[in-house]
Amino acid sequence: MTDAQLLIDAQAFAPELSLAIGGMLLLLVGVFSGDRFSETVTWACVALFALTAFFVINGAEGRVLAFGDGMIADPFGRFMKLTVLAGSALTLLMSIEYLRDEKLTRFEYPLLVVMSTLGMLVMISANDLIVLYLGLELQSLALYVLASFARDRAKSSEAGLKYFVLGALSSGMLLYGASLIYGFTGSTNFGAIASVISAGGMSIGLVVGLVFLLAGLAFKVSAVPFHMWTPDVYEGSPTPVTAFFAAAPKLAAMALFLRVVFGPFAGASHQWFQIIALISVASMILGAVAAIGQANIKRLMAYSSIGHMGYALLGFAAATPEGVEGVLIYLVIYLAMTIGTFIIIMMMRRNGRAVEDIRDLSGLSERDPTSAYLLAIMMFSLAGIPPLAGFFGKWFVFLAVVHAHLYALAIIGFVTSVIGAYYYINIVRLMFFEKPAAAFEKPPGIVNAALLGASGAFVLVLVFVPGPLVDAAQAAAQSLFR
Amino acid sequence: MMPILSALTFFPLVGVLLIILMAPKGPHGDTFARQIAGYTTVVTFGIALYAWFVYFDSTKRGFQMVEGFAWLGGTIHYKMGVDGISLPFVLLTAFLMPICIWASAAIETRVKEYMIAFLVLETLMIGVFTSLDILVFYLFFEGGLIPMFLIIGIWGGPRRVYASFKFFLYTLLGSVLMLIAIMAMYVTAGTTDIPTLMAYHFPRDMQLWLFLAFLASFAVKLPMWPVHTWLPDAHVEAPTAGSVILAGILLKMGGYGFLRFSLPMFPDASLYFAPMMFTLSIVAIIYTSLVALAQEDIKKLIAYSSVAHMGFVTMGLFALNRQGVDGAVVQMISHGFISAALFLCVGVIYDRMHTREIKAYGGLVNRMPIYAAVFMVFTLGNVGLPGTTGFVGEFLSLVGVYQVNTWVAIFATTGVILSAAYMLWLYARVMFGKLEKPSLQNIPDMNMREVLFMVPLVAATLFFGFYPAPIFHMTGGAVEQTLAGIKSKLDTAEAAPTPEMAANR
Repeated sequence: MTDAQLLIDAQAFAPELSLAIGGMLLLLVGVFSGDRFSETVTWACVALFALTAFFVINGAEGRVLAFGDGMIADPFGRFMKLTVLAGSALTLLMSIEYLRDEKLTRFEYPLLVVMSTLGMLVMISANDLIVLYLGLELQSLALYVLASFARDRAKSSEAGLKYFVLGALSSGMLLYGASLIYGFTGSTNFGAIASVISAGGMSIGLVVGLVFLLAGLAFKVSAVPFHMWTPDVYEGSPTPVTAFFAAAPKLAAMALFLRVVFGPFAGASHQWFQIIALISVASMILGAVAAIGQANIKRLMAYSSIGHMGYALLGFAAATPEGVEGVLIYLVIYLAMTIGTFIIIMMMRRNGRAVEDIRDLSGLSERDPTSAYLLAIMMFSLAGIPPLAGFFGKWFVFLAVVHAHLYALAIIGFVTSVIGAYYYINIVRLMFFEKPAAAFEKPPGIVNAALLGASGAFVLVLVFVPGPLVDAAQAAAQSLFR
Repeated sequence: MMPILSALTFFPLVGVLLIILMAPKGPHGDTFARQIAGYTTVVTFGIALYAWFVYFDSTKRGFQMVEGFAWLGGTIHYKMGVDGISLPFVLLTAFLMPICIWASAAIETRVKEYMIAFLVLETLMIGVFTSLDILVFYLFFEGGLIPMFLIIGIWGGPRRVYASFKFFLYTLLGSVLMLIAIMAMYVTAGTTDIPTLMAYHFPRDMQLWLFLAFLASFAVKLPMWPVHTWLPDAHVEAPTAGSVILAGILLKMGGYGFLRFSLPMFPDASLYFAPMMFTLSIVAIIYTSLVALAQEDIKKLIAYSSVAHMGFVTMGLFALNRQGVDGAVVQMISHGFISAALFLCVGVIYDRMHTREIKAYGGLVNRMPIYAAVFMVFTLGNVGLPGTTGFVGEFLSLVGVYQVNTWVAIFATTGVILSAAYMLWLYARVMFGKLEKPSLQNIPDMNMREVLFMVPLVAATLFFGFYPAPIFHMTGGAVEQTLAGIKSKLDTAEAAPTPEMAANR
């Protein structure tokens, strides 16, 4: 590889490089200064995310392959990178106040988020099975530590351990699938795999490899039947970590999922369609039904996220650029709703402790009307009631599904969304129709209040200016199909 | 041209902003919110009247005051416009809203939020009737669930949680099926523009499915038997103004939907399903009338009578002739006046006695003569006495359906008799007899405020009852055009199958 080529490669992957170098520099700062400057490091990490986003926006145009075709930078990747960076940066900002209240402020926290995000960016750029695995593991290892970040709390340690053991299992499956794919195609490169499939079709070994690969990916997006870790990890992890789980890694895993099924395996859509349709339907049903009985709001949000991933996966099933566009729009909107919801969940504190029962929200509309209305907006939006943003996510995904004439999937999806609406409006009921429970300690701090306001505004106002998001998602989706 | 319809639709939100930004804390804020909501709704009614008198031309065919811009990518536009079918509903909505605000004096908790909910609801309701893009229509149609859910749930009666959940989930389930149909229409016809879709001829097989999906939504909303059961619960638990809006306007969205979408867009299916619709209408008329006879709660009785009256609407619409459709429209407008007024009447005594049990009353005429007179007007209106709007609607829809199917008309006519039975019996039990109950000894008659908000309703019921011509003048052209469109589609379907249809077979 010539130096000139290396320079071009480096330019295309300036975001990843800047995040890696910046993260390591900040790690040094943290190591030498200890916990005194933890919050400064946090802000520096947010700035680093902003810088990375700047590189993403002003980076290479069009479609660039680099590092021996191992990595790819294209409009799709840029769209997803920006979304993931936004998710990481915002959830990091959200965490400051909570960590301070819980006396968990440590400089490792933001840096783990940075490292995990680096892994996500690599995942999004992956054009090779090995790079895919590299990114996925970097991301996951940081997440395992984050889950048990409140190390003195049994639940948090349990969450971390569970996540680690099950995550390792899924990584193993994914790796096994990857090795089968390599064995039957002779390459780990996505382009080479695609040409082998288009030339010779899917052999049995390749199908088995694909199934294992998809199982591993389904674990990362917590699609049924690989969802078991989600409620426990969501419940046990410190709340900002849960918010982070719900925001960034899910989106990155979805991006990778899209990349894999519409890249190397685009020619095998008959094979993966059945898998995706099944896990999508199962996730929608479980997400809708299982959340009804949950009393813990974090567990409830875990099941809600399973359901929402099911809706997003529905867009895959259409197997058209329109479907991918729907998925991308869905994910961005889901990110905004997640952030808004989790800020309120983090606000739920009494007597110096976080409370997590949904009944603690009782009568919130009388104690703190602003928060109650914002959470109600989030809940209606998660339920997909127009004119809120959540409806448009569903509109674009289901439109693609209907366009592909998959009416049965569309009907199942909508019926589950009505069932799911029950538990969302149940939270609205608690906040608005019930007698007030004891007040929470304090309203959100200035940063969180600003983020809450911004996410509420996004959810409310998207109906008036849907253009930019839709256009960006459309361009990104089309680049995936070339 | 000035975007008069957008201004009309979104003007109530100005009031919402004023209340949010300017209302002082405490009881002054409540008074402020009441006043702002009152002024806003009155001005909105003014804008609606202005649009009617200045811009609307009943001799013109097609949609008027059309405005819009590209919105959601593809061919989905934000588009507004009205014709003779939608304008009466816009006017009805704008007319009832100030009355609702005035009638909400009994609301004392969370007044600001209450007013905001009603103003938001007004925007969403007017938008349903003014939107000319089917997705925009859906946004307004479905968005109305949120404020209504809160209105029933926060300010409702003892079983408000049950009622609000039932209302929300029932309506949502119906609507999502319609949403799938909307998507299917969009991908088939390539547009969500309502006038274009009205001209587009869907293949017959597809029409049948689309019709059923739209039916799922409108039948729940209207409501038709057997999916009407949310309505009595919602009515009983909702606060008075909430019931007024439910009965006066929200139910009309179902009828409007049939007339705007189902009939012109799926004419073959409408013809095919007409016998089913007649059957359901007759069951609604007779069965719910009998159920109404057995009710012990005044509001529930009126709620069931609403279901029965909506049966006349579906029956008239699916007669697919001029009298039937005209009758259905008048029936909806008339029901908007009469049922709204009846719920307000119940509100008057509920505010005094805090019960809606028929047994708790009796002999009210002795202490409340004005109230008894007002209630009498609307009782007779609900019965369909000539001289009230109720008669015009029922008579025309019966005439319309008689030309199509004599038996349907005969069965439906029994509903007129039954409605006289339950309404007059109700009136007798509440009003007549001796005033024996000790709790009623000091009940005061209607005060000035209550009389004032009843006056416009009494006037409208009687005026349009004696002289319904203005309504027909407004609606006639649009109804004729809609029917002509249906007829030409049915004729072409009979004469030569369209290429799509041939391909589909």
